[in-house]
Amino acid sequence: MSDNTRKVTIKAFRFNAETDYLPYYKQYEMEVGKDELILDLLNKIKWEHDGSFSYRRSCRHGICGACAIKVNGKATLACKQNAMELLDLFDNELVFEPSSKKRVIKDMIIDKKDFWDKHAQVQPYVVADIDSHPEHESKQSIAEFDKFLDSDLCIQCGACHYSCPALEVNPDYLGPAALNAAYRFTVDTRDNAGIERLELTSQPGVGVWDCVKCFECAEACPKEINPIEKITKLHNMQFEQGVAVSNVATRHAEGFVRSIRKHGFLDEADIVVYSEGYLGMYKHLKTAVKMMKAGKIHWQDGVPFIDNMPKIKNLDEVQKLIDISMTNKL
Amino acid sequence: MSQLHYALFTGCTAKQSTPELLSSTLAVADKLGIKITILEEASCCGASHLQDFDEFLAHVLNARNICYAEKLGLTMITICNTCQLNSAMTKHALDTDPELKARVNEKLAEVGLEYKGTSEIKHFLYTLIDEYGLDNIKDKVTVPLSHLNIAPFYGCHNIRPSELHGASNGHENPYNPTSLDELIAALEGHPVDYDHKNKCCGFHVELQANHTSELLTGNALLDAIDNNADMMVTPCPLCHLKMDTYQDDVAKVMNRDVELPVLHMPQMVALALGCTEKEIGLNFHVQKATHLQVEATA
Repeated sequence: MSDNTRKVTIKAFRFNAETDYLPYYKQYEMEVGKDELILDLLNKIKWEHDGSFSYRRSCRHGICGACAIKVNGKATLACKQNAMELLDLFDNELVFEPSSKKRVIKDMIIDKKDFWDKHAQVQPYVVADIDSHPEHESKQSIAEFDKFLDSDLCIQCGACHYSCPALEVNPDYLGPAALNAAYRFTVDTRDNAGIERLELTSQPGVGVWDCVKCFECAEACPKEINPIEKITKLHNMQFEQGVAVSNVATRHAEGFVRSIRKHGFLDEADIVVYSEGYLGMYKHLKTAVKMMKAGKIHWQDGVPFIDNMPKIKNLDEVQKLIDISMTNKL
Repeated sequence: MSQLHYALFTGCTAKQSTPELLSSTLAVADKLGIKITILEEASCCGASHLQDFDEFLAHVLNARNICYAEKLGLTMITICNTCQLNSAMTKHALDTDPELKARVNEKLAEVGLEYKGTSEIKHFLYTLIDEYGLDNIKDKVTVPLSHLNIAPFYGCHNIRPSELHGASNGHENPYNPTSLDELIAALEGHPVDYDHKNKCCGFHVELQANHTSELLTGNALLDAIDNNADMMVTPCPLCHLKMDTYQDDVAKVMNRDVELPVLHMPQMVALALGCTEKEIGLNFHVQKATHLQVEATA
């Protein structure tokens, strides 16, 4: 074996939803060349080992998004990913799995219905009244185009969507791909549905406030779009455009300013009271008692923490910076 | 080795609900001869929530914190994954976007500060491993943790996005992180291998999406328990708060018994270095953990 090839053991997830009782892993040994892609290895399994092995492939250029799978848990666009790089990362043993094991139809092929349904909800297209006989193009300046950032590069492969832990446990959440699309069309100056999208993506349980901030989507995206960056922008836009309504999530975000202005630090007890409101606090009484017993909440004059907080040095600087830098309000 | 000296950004949690994190960090540094200067001027990093409200303001406040480390000419170390990520995101944004840096510096000038970009930002975990060295830590172990199966819980913000962290987390592979495992092994403990070690604890949606939060916590804790963990260890106080404080709530949601002591990374090191009960502060835990010190020193 030359330096340009390496021996690899591949464990591939196998399951046929129509005939199999349980999924299983099948092992394949092969040599891998330095220029081979994960797609080449998928092809080798099918062409040289087992013709029944199933996966999606189409463009081979990283633009159709069909061949997204997981390799050792890492979201991978098979036609873009060099195999040697992953061998370096995972020590010569690769585990091929579908993007979402819950949604398998056969082997690497999954049912992406939930992905497309979420996508459709955000109106992922320019909503505009268009003259049926236009006399000129609807032009975009460089500055207008720059607003999209890289959100327009999405190929709908589902890598981020099926890496998102919030979606795994909350089927109503739109998820990073749909939210990226919502951002893409909301900042488009030709579009008229921005407010609608911001209202949808501000809904509790559905929109941006259910993002758990794990950065799995940023890690997963083969087009390096960084969906969570767009989710943060959508959060900000809800305040900028007056769409944000006062609720536990928005007060939690805005409440940080209130605490930082007072103490420099976040007041951990106050932020919960402020976000939930006094009526909402009953949910947290049990937790508060537990924390108090463990010495995590400090009391002074019968009041937890309030005005008994440590303060940072040079707090006046922070207060001034808030006054001159803050632009958003709730 | 010349003496290591760092500027410590404590974050809010170590000053309030997890005093044991600060005391054990200082105790470990003291035992290892690492000099620490606490940045008493530093404000909250925004914890990603201020960023949701006003991203520019968050950059200004984080840049101000970094300015104080720059003034000392020191690397800024963090003991919270979320402080680490939010500070590093500001540093990255300012170092790569001259226009943003100018806008931020225009504000900082009003309070007599200037962000230059001269200080590195690193989590204490990675300074221990990359700069102090695991072999040197090994030499200082007086109470080996050989009787313990320890589940490492890495916490999202130390390992993702990997491109942003780069050299500052030793190019940790976010899909197969190893630093905490290696640290556990250096203290002669047994690292537990389990799927959820690099997953999310759900802390950041604790208030507004409580069910999501509890399922994520439950999945991670139960995965560690099912793989025979005696305890869990994490470098992030927010993961710690979530995993330690809510075990009885999680037990109800998951319909399973959930009982697992969760230690801060410096507490685990302090245990192996023979620090005092007061320094380690296991009494500040909601889930009983004090027996770990009794067993370790027995």
